[in-house]
This record gives sequence, structure tokens and C-alpha cells, in this order.
Amino acid sequence: MADFLKMVHEMGVGFFGPLLWSLVWVVIKVVLLLAPVLFIVTYITLAERKVIGAMQVRPGPNRVGFFGVLQPLADAVKLIFKETILPIKADKGLFILAPLLTLVPALLSWAVVPFSPELVLANINIGVLYLLAISSLGAYGIIMAGWSSNSRYAFLGAMRSVAQMVSYEVSMGFTLIPVILITGSLNLVDVVEHQKTWWNVIPLAPMFFIYFISVVAETNRTPFDLPEAEPELVAGFFTEYSAMSAGLFLMGEYANIVLVSFLGALVFLGGWLPPVSILGFIPGLVWLGLKAGFLMFVFLWIRATFPRYRYDQLMRLGWKVFLPLSLFWIFLTGLVLQLTQGVRGG
Amino acid sequence: MEQLKEFQNYTVNFGPQHPAAHGVLRLLLELDGEVVERADPHIGLLHRGTEKLLEHKTYLQGLPYWDRLDYMSMMCQEHTWVLAVEKLMGVTAPPRAQYIRTIFAELTRILNHLLFVGAHGLDVGAMTMFIYCFREREAILDMYEAVCGSRMHAAYFRPGGVAKDLPDGLEEKIQAFAEDFPAKIDEYETLLTNNRIWKQRLVDVGVVTAEQALDWGFVGPMLRGSGIAYDLRKAEPYDAYAKVDFDIPVGKNGDSYDRYLVRVEEMRQSTRIILQCLEKMPKGDVKLQDFKMSIPNRADMESGMESLIHHFKLVSEGFNVPAGEVYLATESPKGELGVYIVSQGGSKPYRAKIRSAGFNHLQALKMMLPGHMIADVTTMVGTIDIVFGEIDR
Repeated sequence: MADFLKMVHEMGVGFFGPLLWSLVWVVIKVVLLLAPVLFIVTYITLAERKVIGAMQVRPGPNRVGFFGVLQPLADAVKLIFKETILPIKADKGLFILAPLLTLVPALLSWAVVPFSPELVLANINIGVLYLLAISSLGAYGIIMAGWSSNSRYAFLGAMRSVAQMVSYEVSMGFTLIPVILITGSLNLVDVVEHQKTWWNVIPLAPMFFIYFISVVAETNRTPFDLPEAEPELVAGFFTEYSAMSAGLFLMGEYANIVLVSFLGALVFLGGWLPPVSILGFIPGLVWLGLKAGFLMFVFLWIRATFPRYRYDQLMRLGWKVFLPLSLFWIFLTGLVLQLTQGVRGG
Repeated sequence: MEQLKEFQNYTVNFGPQHPAAHGVLRLLLELDGEVVERADPHIGLLHRGTEKLLEHKTYLQGLPYWDRLDYMSMMCQEHTWVLAVEKLMGVTAPPRAQYIRTIFAELTRILNHLLFVGAHGLDVGAMTMFIYCFREREAILDMYEAVCGSRMHAAYFRPGGVAKDLPDGLEEKIQAFAEDFPAKIDEYETLLTNNRIWKQRLVDVGVVTAEQALDWGFVGPMLRGSGIAYDLRKAEPYDAYAKVDFDIPVGKNGDSYDRYLVRVEEMRQSTRIILQCLEKMPKGDVKLQDFKMSIPNRADMESGMESLIHHFKLVSEGFNVPAGEVYLATESPKGELGVYIVSQGGSKPYRAKIRSAGFNHLQALKMMLPGHMIADVTTMVGTIDIVFGEIDR
């Protein structure tokens, strides 16, 4: 592997010159990262329809390609070739910009997500912080979409999503703090490597549950899909969107699901580490995929099972239950660490 | 500040093109943030002039229009018309026909309540419920198809009986279904009844006290949800209802959750009624043998002149009904469904006024909605279980 990389570098420098090559190399890396990510994002839509279909005793899509495997492609083709309708009253610039602003942060975050100790695009020391910062940008796309549509349902949806994302980001952030305390580092590779003895989910089980519920809310999924609650707000913030611009919102949503599933697997479930060392012969990437895949499955499972919360109940859950609980757990973690070994790095 | 006040409330047009409009509900909502200040339900978007059409059709031709009133509980609608015409004529159907009609009225009640549970679940966000309920509905629709060839608009009940006897094997099929079905209801209840989110969304939403329920003219499960045990099947039994044993479930608090529980329990009671009917059902004719009123058998028509004449007279002119007035109501799944017929003799009614349950329930939205959040609007539209066919007629 190392030899091959060295060869590629030498060839690249010879062809492009050292300065241009460093740029080209980044582009190559980005493409190599985003291609599989987008592939997963596309196919989780099929997985969703298949899984929920199975739970609802029906086959799900099975006409396009063998077992429906080409369905996402058919969907994409359909969305691309449909006309994008711009409402007369909409603020055109923001209206077009909004879906991009939802999708791009979901993809930007992948820069710091490690797939193995070496396989990471940007191994920066503040990985967790970067993730939190980028993921909160996603709310802007939704606000802009709702506001610029100049439609009442879209506006209500946007208002809901702002309140929801702000409140659940707080508890999501707080659930990650005990992990950082235990690890003593904001670097995601360190966070995973530190779980060699036991996974974070064992000492921090309640935090893991709060994290998972918060990210379900953060990604606007059932039972927290209020911003796009169909029976109430038609389609919520993207009521006025059509064709690929609506498709971009959906892609953003699924990209976020994939992202938070991977993050949950990395931070709480030991990332690429096998559950017992005997199983270490299976590559780490497979373990990571399995764990993240399980979390994604739970997302779909929840969607098929639960009714939807009401707006005030959602707020109450976020502020009155999750926030105090996670704050208390931070305190507890800090206390235990102080008593046993003294806070590391402090 | 003055200007701000002007913009504080805004009006949302909930429907008629809205995913939770249950057809063509148009509801004007004045919102203060997410809270409904004023609700104004509009009717008439599905008006088809059924009452006027009935005046221009013979009694037999008028029958299929009743299927299309509340198109989610078809045979129960026919039941009202058929019984009212029989009352005008002063005849009663043979016992077997009465039992068959009772069985199918109860199957229809299950059909309707299944749709209610499914659609209500979908309104509140539990989408899997909808598909499970449709799986069960499919079995009942197959029974519809078995007796009359049509899955929805049956036109199976006739003044003086039913169109045909049950086909071979259907009784066993219904028996198996009715024995099996309570277990299915248990399954659905595990998904919803004790689900925390489901309870949070339904308990104390849309509370209607017993007094309010009476004032607004509630009937059926809406009335029973508020704690008043009034059911026409018990109060004024028709067909075979006097001969079977069943309970009337009532609610306690009059909220959406109670109404949900009442309807679920009614499905269980319906299976009880069906099983008893199957047990007690005698053999014999399924329609009056007076061929001035009921259509003769096909076999007789092919050999007998008289039968052919009867058939010709019945399907062209129709049978003559003596002059008189009658109001008759049955307990349809949504509540009291009544018809007031004025006959001046002849084969067509002079006037037929339909009293539908949904009409009263819909107007009560105006009383129920204010003060609730917009998410509760869908819960309440679901809980009143409306179908616009019977409201707009």
C-alpha cells in the first residue's frame, strides 16, 4: 500500500509539478471519499423502502433491476428530468441556494470521519468540534427554504425545525462531552483507539441512548419529523420544492442519517475495533460498516413503528429530560474520573 | 406595535388539497403561532345531489346511491334505505335475510373501524398501522365480492331481503375470520394502545363532555366516547339485533383516546355478533316471495311467463309504495344514519331526506379545535371519522 502510494505521488509530481499535484491529490482523495458516501446515501433510500416494506408485509420496490437494485437510479433520473418549479412569490436566490446549503454540510462533515487509523481525509485534533460546528449549519438551509418559499406551510415547517434543531443539538453536543472527558482528546481516531479495553457504550449507556434519540430529532426523522409532518404541514419546509431541488433535501437528510450513524458507531460502539479480539482477523472497515449499518437499520425500524410527537411534547422532552440528564452525566463522568485517575491532560 | 399585532394571527387553508383532509375537507384555521384560534369547516365540495336524485329514481334504482354516501361503510348505508322502504310497505324480510343483513352490517362496521384505526394512525404518524388494517380489510372486501361481485359498492341488500343467498363456503369463511380477528386486534393494540407517543397525542385532545356531545347532536362512537351508552342496535333493534347478545362500550373522559378505544372494542363486539348470527341463522328464503316487490329467480324467468313480466315491471316501473311518511335510522359505524321518506304513492319517493352522522360531527370541529395546536387538528379530523360522501351527499 505504502509503495503504491509513493509511486502514485512520484508520478503525480512528475506530471503536474509539486504545487498543482498537492491540489489534484486533495481532489482525488475527496472523490474517493465522497463516491462511496454518495453511494451509501443513494442506497439507503432503497434499504428504507425494502426494510419498511418487509415490516409492513409488502415487497417494496422490486421491478427496476433484479430485486429493485436499480430503483435509486430510476428515482434520480426521474427527479433530474422533472421541471423545477420556482414559485412566483419566492425569493429566487435563496430558494435555489437552500437545498445546496442542506446537502453540502452533510457532505463536508465526512472530511474528519475516520474509517481506520490511516484512512481519514483530515486527521485534525478538533474532529468532534468540527463535526458539531458543521452539522449545525444544516439548520440554515432549512430556515432559508421555509422562509424564501413564501408559503405558510413551509414557513411553519421552518419555524419548527429551527426550534427543534437548536434544542436537540444542545443535548447531542452534551452527550459527546463525557466521551471527550474519558478520551482526553477531540481527535476521532484517538476516541476510537481509546475504546480498546471497553467500548464507550458500556460506561455511557444512557448517553448513547440520548445521543441516538437526539440525532433522530436532529435529522428530522420519525417520531420527530415535525418540520415535514405530512398530515399537518403537507411537506413542511420543502412544500414548494419540486424535482431535483426537493431531491437534494432528501439526499441531505439521508446523508445526515448515514453521517450520524457512523459517528455513533465511532464514538460509542468502538468504531473499527472488533467486539472481541479473537474476531480481529475481520477487517476494521467491515466492523465499522456493520455497526453503522445497524444504527441505520434502527432509524428505519423506528420510522415504521412510532407515531409522531407533537411540537410542545418534543420541546419538553429535549429541554426537561435530555438536557438535565446529560448535564448530570457529564458531572458524574467528571467526578468519577477525578476520583479514580485525575482528569487526563488537565 | 400596532402593526405587529395585525400580523400576529394568520389564516391557513387546511385543504381541500391537503394530505390529511380525508377527502375534501376545507378547514380555515386562524393560527396564533401553532395554536388554533378559530376553525371554520366548510362543506359542499363533494355535493352530488343524492337526495334530489333519489326523487327521480324508483326505490330499487335509488339503492346504489346509498353505497356511495359513506363509501367506507357501504352495506350499512343500504341497510337504512332498505329498512325504511320495508317499513313504508309494511313488510318484513324473511329471517335468513335478516341474519345475513346483520352479519354484513357488522362486517361493514369492522371494515369502517379498520379504516378509522389505520387512517387515524396515519394522521398521527404511525404509518404501518394503515397497511396492517388494509390487509384485514382485504379479507372483508373479498366477502363482499363473494356475495355480490363488487368489492365496494355492493347493492346487495334489497327491500324485502337480500339479492342472493350466500355462496357455498362463505359461511365457513366468515366464521374463520370472526374467530381469528380478535387476535389481530390484539396485535394492533400492541402497536398503539399503550404506546406512550400515541397516548400523548390522543389523551385529553378534543375533549367533549356528555352534555356538549348531546348539544352538538353527536351520535355513534362519538357519543359513546363521551360516556353515553346509546346505540340504536339496542335502543330500537332492527333485523336480528334483538336476538343477539353484545355490549356497548363507552368512554369515560370523552377525549380522542376514549373514542379510539370505543371503536376498537366495537370491532370485538362485532365479531361476537357475527359468530352468534352464524350459529342462529336458519335455512330458508333470502327474499320475500311476493314477486310484486322482489325480483323473481333467474331460473323461473327463463321458463315462466309470469316471472318474466314481474321482472320487466320491477326493473322498468318499479314497485308501488303506499302513500305515507317514515323516518327510520340505523346504527351505521359512524352513528345514526337516518332517512325521512315522504311517499305519495307510486314507485318513486316524493322526498327523501338523509340524516348523516358526519355532518354533526364535522360542525363540532369549530367547538373542539380552538386552543389546540395545529398537530392536534389532524388528530381531531381523524377522531371524528368523517367521510365526505355522507356529509355533502
